[in-house]
Amino acid sequence: MEIKFVLNGKPTVADVAADTVLLDLLRKLGCYSVKCGCETTNCGLCTVWIDGRSRLSCSVLAAGIEGKEITTLEGLQREAEEFGAFLAAEGAEQCGFCSPGFIMNVLAMFRELENPTVEEIKEYLAGNLCRCTGYMGQLRAIQKYMNRDRKEVQA
Amino acid sequence: MLTIQNYVKAKSLEEAYTLNQARNARIAGGMMWMRLGNARVKTIIDLSDLGLDEIEETDHVFRIGAMCTLRQLELHEGLRDMYGDSIAECVRHIVGVQFRNQATVGGSIYGRYGFSDVLTCFLALDTFVELYNGGTIRLSEFIKRKKDKDILVSIIVRKSKRKLRYESIRRTRTDFPVLACAVVTGLVHGKECWYFSVGARPQKAALLEKEWSITKDCPEEELRKYAREAADSFSYSSNMRGSAEYRRHLAEVLIYRAMRSILAEV
Repeated sequence: MEIKFVLNGKPTVADVAADTVLLDLLRKLGCYSVKCGCETTNCGLCTVWIDGRSRLSCSVLAAGIEGKEITTLEGLQREAEEFGAFLAAEGAEQCGFCSPGFIMNVLAMFRELENPTVEEIKEYLAGNLCRCTGYMGQLRAIQKYMNRDRKEVQA
Repeated sequence: MLTIQNYVKAKSLEEAYTLNQARNARIAGGMMWMRLGNARVKTIIDLSDLGLDEIEETDHVFRIGAMCTLRQLELHEGLRDMYGDSIAECVRHIVGVQFRNQATVGGSIYGRYGFSDVLTCFLALDTFVELYNGGTIRLSEFIKRKKDKDILVSIIVRKSKRKLRYESIRRTRTDFPVLACAVVTGLVHGKECWYFSVGARPQKAALLEKEWSITKDCPEEELRKYAREAADSFSYSSNMRGSAEYRRHLAEVLIYRAMRSILAEV
């Protein structure tokens, strides 16, 4: 069946089967940041935004996204690069495999929560399991990134 | 593996119900659980265009559409005003924000899963389910029924003046609960009633109702006796997450904590 949706700001048409999952469709359309890590709807690696909300693309039927706006890391390159620099500066980047899903959820958190506390950050990101560089470095990167925003606003 | 031949976004509940009568038809909730199983589905029915994704609050009830996400429950101000953090507490440990943005209340309740925090929590409250064909029945009645081809339209919680506490134990964060428990108290026909719902035993949640008048200054030893009696009223089994005996012990401790916390508030 044919579906129409918006992918990273661009109107897109795709032909999908009834059981095609969004993850596979997005990869077919060239969004290779979207990956399947766990196969059990658990790890957060396949995180994309559907109408602005973080979702697990591995368990969304592509047929159901007609008319919706899908955002992947490819659509947030400037922001992702900016935050990614903070991750790298804290040594919180190793092979990079899990970074896209993690960054998507971090950026969703910045949109949803205002000045989250450490506990709120941990809870929001609890569904991103795959993070072998350690949770502390990532937490430092998030906090420094948030503070940098604040400095910019003040200046 | 899950295979699906046809996908239909239903235009009305009537259409969804008719399509769902076929043997290999399935209603899709968030599909979090369904996709992990093995099934050859002929027609998958999507209810997402039917306006079932709202939590409606009236003077008397909360009407939670079956397609509401767990995240909506977690963030709903009316539910927070009425029950404090307990509704959020029952879902916030479930996998992650992304998962809760997708998993539906209807799917959690309809599935009557043994691991369900959502079922455990709502069972202790004054809760009904609205079925397309079967009318509105008590949740405690619904969980005894076998899965059939009806459609769960909404969950209705009567706003009786009740206090709710939710507690669960997990071996790691975001995992299934080893044991989940909800305790509710309130006046029913002028008498103080306590409701205990214990889930993940690991069977699906069951409900215990007790007409107990317990005062705020109830001595610890006595309150522990109440908790023990409540915990002993449920059956427990063993699985990879814990033994039956361990679960019974957890139930007693969690029930005690919940009761203590409720009494401290009175």
